[in-house]
Amino acid sequence: MDIFAAVRAMTKKFFDEMHAADGSVRPHYRVYDEWLARTPAERIERKRAEADIAFRRVGITFAVYGEEAGKERLIPFDIIPRVIPADEWKALQGGLRQRVKALNAFLGDIYHDQDILRAGLIPEDQILNNAQFRREMIGVDVPAGIYSHITGVDLVRAGEGEFYVLEDNLRVPSGVSYMIEDRKMMMRLFPELFARHQIAPVQHYPDMLLENLRTVAPAGVEDPTVVLLTPGVYNSAYFEHTFLAQQMGVELVEGRDLFVDHDTVFMRTTRGPQRVDVIYRRLDDDFLDPLAFRKDSMLGVPGLLSAYRAGRVTLANAIGTGVADDKSIYPYVPDMIRFYLGEEPLLNNVPTYMLRKPDDLRYVLDHLPELVVKEVHGAGGYGMLVGPASTRQQIEDFRARIVAAPEKYIAQPTLALSTCPTFVESGVAPRHLDLRPFVLSGKDIDMVPGGLTRVALREGSLVVNSSQGGGTKDTWVLENNGRENASC
Amino acid sequence: MLSRTADHLYWMSRYTERAENLARLLDVTYQMSLVPKPLAAENQNWGAILALNSLDEAFFARYDEANAENVLRFMVLDPDNLSSIFSCLRAARENAHAVRGTLTSETWESCNMTWLEVRDQKIEPILAGGIGAFFEWVKLRAAVIRGVTFGTMLQDEALSFIRLGGYLERADNTARILDVKYHVLGGGHGEEGASDFYQWGALLRSVSAFEVYRKVYRDIITPARVAELLILRPDMPRSLHACLHGVVKTLDAIRNPQSAETGRLAGRLYSQIHYGRIDDVLAGGLHEFLTDFMDRIYELGEGIRHDFLMPEC
Repeated sequence: MDIFAAVRAMTKKFFDEMHAADGSVRPHYRVYDEWLARTPAERIERKRAEADIAFRRVGITFAVYGEEAGKERLIPFDIIPRVIPADEWKALQGGLRQRVKALNAFLGDIYHDQDILRAGLIPEDQILNNAQFRREMIGVDVPAGIYSHITGVDLVRAGEGEFYVLEDNLRVPSGVSYMIEDRKMMMRLFPELFARHQIAPVQHYPDMLLENLRTVAPAGVEDPTVVLLTPGVYNSAYFEHTFLAQQMGVELVEGRDLFVDHDTVFMRTTRGPQRVDVIYRRLDDDFLDPLAFRKDSMLGVPGLLSAYRAGRVTLANAIGTGVADDKSIYPYVPDMIRFYLGEEPLLNNVPTYMLRKPDDLRYVLDHLPELVVKEVHGAGGYGMLVGPASTRQQIEDFRARIVAAPEKYIAQPTLALSTCPTFVESGVAPRHLDLRPFVLSGKDIDMVPGGLTRVALREGSLVVNSSQGGGTKDTWVLENNGRENASC
Repeated sequence: MLSRTADHLYWMSRYTERAENLARLLDVTYQMSLVPKPLAAENQNWGAILALNSLDEAFFARYDEANAENVLRFMVLDPDNLSSIFSCLRAARENAHAVRGTLTSETWESCNMTWLEVRDQKIEPILAGGIGAFFEWVKLRAAVIRGVTFGTMLQDEALSFIRLGGYLERADNTARILDVKYHVLGGGHGEEGASDFYQWGALLRSVSAFEVYRKVYRDIITPARVAELLILRPDMPRSLHACLHGVVKTLDAIRNPQSAETGRLAGRLYSQIHYGRIDDVLAGGLHEFLTDFMDRIYELGEGIRHDFLMPEC
C-alpha cells in the first residue's frame, strides 16, 4: 500500500519536503523512505503510542491561555522527521548569521546614535513612538554590544531553495526544549535510523547557551553566576524553563528569589545572599521591574533596571529588543542588512503591506480573501486573519477591526508553505510546516543545526503555533546530503 | 541553594509525611472503633482527631455530628479541608512541581502520579469498599516516594531539606498520635482488660510498631512501655528520639551563620529525650510532656523558616 498517496496527490500544489512534483522521493529522504517501507505498520503504530506515553509521563506539556486554569496539554509529536540536506542548511545558516548580526547592530544604533533614522531609512516616528521602544535603554552600553542573545527566526519555504523569514523573535523565543526532546524521542524510538544517516546533533544546545551567557557577563566578573528567571509555574513555557535551567545546571529563579542592593542583584539562598551576574530572563520587559515598568508586576525584581543600567548585571535578552521584532519594523530588516553590513540579504523577507500607508491599506481591503493579516504586536498565532481559510463573516469582522485602527496591522500574501508527510487520523497526509532555528549571539554568532519544526496538524491550516493546535517534528540536518552511511 | 527551592522541598516532604501519618491516625481510630463500645465513647475518638488538628470549627460548620463517617469524609478526600489527606497530597505535588528541576524525574513522577491517582478517587466507593485499603494505599505511596527520593537523589543540600522536613513532621505526628490515643485510652489508669489489649495493639500497629514491641519487650503490652517505645527508643524509626536525632544531624549538615540558635534548640530538645526516663515523663504527665514537645517542634519549624527558607535580606 502506498501510504504517501495523499501526499503525492498534493505535490503539484505545494512544495513537499519529501516528494518532488513528479511524486518521486527527494534524495535526502530516500534512506528514510526505504526504511519506512520495510517497517511494519504495527511497529510504527506501537512506537507512536510509546512516544505519546513517554511525553505524558515526563510531563512535556504546555499551558494554553484561556483554557481551564492550570490545564496542561501535550504538544503533539510526529515521527516523520523534517530532513534538511547539508548544503541547504549551510546557506540558511549564513543568512541567519547575517540577519541576527544586523538586528543587533540595529538595536545598538537606535539606542545610541540613531544613524539609521538620520539616514532616513526608517521613519523616526515608527521607532520613537513604538510601544516596544524603551527610552530607558538610550545610551546604555550592553556587554559585547549584544541585545538579542537568543533569537528565534521563523523560516518557511515556498519552493525549491525559496526560504522566507516569516518573523524574527527577539524577546523571549521559546520552543528549544521541544527541539531537544523530539530528538531524544526519535533516538529512543528508532535508533536504527541514526545509524543509517549522519544527523547533526542538537543536544548540546544548553551547553552552548550557557557558554554564550557566560561570555556576556558584566566586565570584570571572573566566574559569572548565571540564573534563569521564570514568571513561575503557571507560565505556558514553564516546562522549558525548568528543562533549560536543569540542563545548564543554573538556578531557576522567580522574581521573589532576587533582590537588588546598591545596584547589585542577589539571590536568596540557604547560605545567605549570593551575587547574580547574568539573568537569562523568560519574562517580558513589562514585568521585569515594578519600579520602572508595570507597577502591578508581582513577578519582577524592584531595582533591576537600575542595576542593569549601571552595568552590574546582564539581561539576556536585553530590555527593549521588542522594537526590532515588531511586525511594523520587519519590512525594514533587509534595509538594515544593507545599511549596517553593506551586504545583500541572503534570506528573503515576505513582501509586506503596511496598513498605516493609505495605498497599502486600500489594496489590502480590496484583497482580504487572499491575504494574511497580522497584528503588529501580536504573537503566538493570536489575532490574525488567514484570508483563504476564513469565512466571509470572519473576513468582514476583521475588516472592521482593520478600518478602526489600520496602523495596528500588516498584511502579506498567503505563502504556499511547504508541506511534509505527517501522521494524522486518516493516515499520512501533507501538512504545512515552518522552522525556527535558535541563533545564539555572544562573542560569536552560533547555532545548533536545524531548529524546531512546527507543523500545522489541521488539514490546510497554515498556522503552526502550538497554542493553535500545532505539533512538532524532529529536524534533521544531514551532514552528507543524504548518502547512506558506508558502514550500514 | 535557593531559599525558595529549599522551602518547596521541605514542604513537599512535610506534606507527604503528614498525609501518611494522617492515614495512620485515621486507620488506628477506625481499627479501634471495630471493638464494641458505647457509641458516645466511639464518637469521642473521632472528635479527638478534629480537636487535635484544631478543626472543630471548620468541621461543625458543615457536619452536625462527629461520627466515623462524617470525620472520614472530612479528613480523607475533602478538597476544602486543607488538612485532609487529599489536600496534603495536593500540596506535596504542588511543592514538587515548583522545583521539579531539582528533583530526579523518578521523584517527581512518583509524587505526581500519587496526586493524579488520589484526584480521581471518590469517597463513596472508598467507604463502601473498606477504608483500610485506601489507608494502605496512602502509606504505600508515601513509601514509594520516600524510597525513590532516597534511592535516586544526589545526597546534597536538596536532600537534606527533604530529610529535615520529613523528620520534623514525623516527630510532630508521632507525638500527636500518641497524645490523642493515650488520652482516649486513659493510659495506665483503667482496667487492663481484653479490649485494652486490642486498643493498644491498634495504636502500635498504626505506627508499624506492633512487631517491634514484641521483639523489644517480649512481654504483655503496657501503656508505659508503649510510651517508652514511641518516645525514647533510639532504634524505633518513628519514635521522637529517632526523629529528633535526624533533625539534629541534618541541621548540623546545613548550618549557616544565622542558624546557631535553631541548632541549639534542637540539641536541647534532643538531649532531653536522649537522657530522659519514661518514669519521669509519666510522673510529669504524658499529655503535658507531649504538648510541650509539640510546642518545641513548632518553635524549631519557625527557626528553620527564618534561618533557611524565608531569610529576610
